[in-house]
Amino acid sequence: MSTSSLNRSGFGSPVPLLAVLASGLVGIALALVFFVAPEDADQGLSQKIFYFHVPIALTAYACFGWGAFKALLLLWRKEERYDLESYVAVHQGTIFGALTLATGSIWAKASWGHWWLWSENQLVLFLVLFLFYSAYFMLRFSIEEGPRRANISAVYALFGIALVPVSFLAIRLAENVIHPTVFTREGPQMTGTMFFTFCVAWVAISALAYALYRLELLGKRLDSNLRELREALSS
Amino acid sequence: MTFLADVATLARKDLRLELRARDTLPAMLLFVVSTLVVFRFALPEGADDVAAQGADDVAAQGLLWVALVFTALLGLARAWAPEREGGALEGLVLAPTDRSAIWLGKSAAVFIFLCALDAVALPAFALFFAPVNLSTVAGVLLANLGICAIGTLLAAMAAASRTRELILPLLFLPLAIPLVVGGVGASVSAEPARFLAFLGLYDGVFAILCWASFEYVVSE
Amino acid sequence: MISARALEKRYGRKRALRPLDLDVASGSFLVVTGANGSGKTTLLRLLAGLAGPSRGTLEVEVDRGRLGYLGHEALVYRELTALENLDLYGRLYRVPERRERIGMLLERFGLWEARGERASALSRGMLQRLALCRALLHDPDLLVLDEPFTALDVQGAALLDHQLAELGGTRTVVVSTHEPERLQRLASARLALT
Repeated sequence: MSTSSLNRSGFGSPVPLLAVLASGLVGIALALVFFVAPEDADQGLSQKIFYFHVPIALTAYACFGWGAFKALLLLWRKEERYDLESYVAVHQGTIFGALTLATGSIWAKASWGHWWLWSENQLVLFLVLFLFYSAYFMLRFSIEEGPRRANISAVYALFGIALVPVSFLAIRLAENVIHPTVFTREGPQMTGTMFFTFCVAWVAISALAYALYRLELLGKRLDSNLRELREALSS
Repeated sequence: MTFLADVATLARKDLRLELRARDTLPAMLLFVVSTLVVFRFALPEGADDVAAQGADDVAAQGLLWVALVFTALLGLARAWAPEREGGALEGLVLAPTDRSAIWLGKSAAVFIFLCALDAVALPAFALFFAPVNLSTVAGVLLANLGICAIGTLLAAMAAASRTRELILPLLFLPLAIPLVVGGVGASVSAEPARFLAFLGLYDGVFAILCWASFEYVVSE
Repeated sequence: MISARALEKRYGRKRALRPLDLDVASGSFLVVTGANGSGKTTLLRLLAGLAGPSRGTLEVEVDRGRLGYLGHEALVYRELTALENLDLYGRLYRVPERRERIGMLLERFGLWEARGERASALSRGMLQRLALCRALLHDPDLLVLDEPFTALDVQGAALLDHQLAELGGTRTVVVSTHEPERLQRLASARLALT
């Protein structure tokens, strides 16, 4: 493991380039959202948050999915590195999940005057997922480092991804019977410019997530290599 | 099939242990009845008119499910205790038994305990709150399958953790939310079939996942 | 029968077993020695299949049903009787003529009178004998014993000596111990871990 990951995490790492690229894209996205995209007739400026909220939510799903994929690879191939990659992906997913809840809450307040809406399926789904993945970290940090922890984290990450569609179905079922829908929302009718802005924002946020993912991986691998070096020198 | 024979052997062992020790199941029964009584005092008294009475019935159904989920947690916390105390889990892992059989055997025993729990909880609920209809019973049985499947696996994960008793509820509750939705919906809705079908789907998806992944939860 | 190359085991940052090469032929009697923390238990757990290697390779040409293991814990159910414990494992290991075999082992290790006692009521020495019965129940081809003489009284130790002498030569045995002199005669191979 050591030499190959040293090469990956040493000089020639793509992280600085990714960071620059992501920052650039986010900058462009911000510019488009605030200066180019037309203002919504009904909701005004607050509608702009939609350009961030939805890509952030989609990115969170992608991170959880990526984490589950790496988890599967860990269980199948039994290579140590997949454990770290899965963990970092889940970590990023949780961060973006928290951001989804935050931006969604702001949007709800701006659009409907409430900080929280049980009728907003996406928000409720993210709340359940956020609870689930928060428990992931509690679980992980209460088990000693080693293959046991890696395996259990991986299984849990896979459960998470199964929970997504199941929860979504549950929430859909619940809204009609348990919490009757009070607010209706039309899907945003997007003009060409709006759609273009949305896509750019999505690409930008995805790039940001990927850059953060690689950055965190790099940091953790450097930490671990440093530790190994220290141990090798002291023995 | 040796797989099923092993499952039966292991489930029988758990039933024998519980019958001998008689500690977990009586505690669960007492806990669920106490919880229902607490709920009764925690609920504000509804108005005396019939409409309000109807609404109370519906709200009360939710309380049944809260009571069942938390009582199940109590029992699940002790699910792997016999294996932990003597180190027997390693003994099972060493044996030529399929690791999934270990999970299924334990789940089967837990399912029986949950059904015993329901045999007390449902009549108690009907006595204290509101009558229980057939779709509620069906919902409870289907939910039990889901609870014992994921609960057994999550309890095994928690057993590997330092914060054993503390972490199990955190792992279990988010996964239990769809079960509660399905169960309450089945009790309350005019079309319980949809909710019961959903519970069946949940059970199927997670049972397969548990069956496939238990091996990794107990291996190093 | 057993073949290991650069076998290593780590738990996160802790190294439990340094890289090791090992070859054990079928029918050998390997005695493993080493100070505390040198990795004896880890090695035996790897051989038994209770843990997987972190690095290197390990081949054990025996499937789970033909392997007997004795660890630091008895691996029994405390609230089941000695007899019930062995019956359970007898079923899981698909031991033929289970009852006879259990009876024979209980007698051989002096546990027949205590067969109806719960494992929690057994003394440490008796528990160790029960664990030995469990390890031998299915007549394994490979026996992996981690410090089996611990907690055994003089009589128990004599019984084990006798059993090992019987097995050595026809079965493959790997034993870790703090008293290698005891197994001097039987040992056909030695491994000292550092």
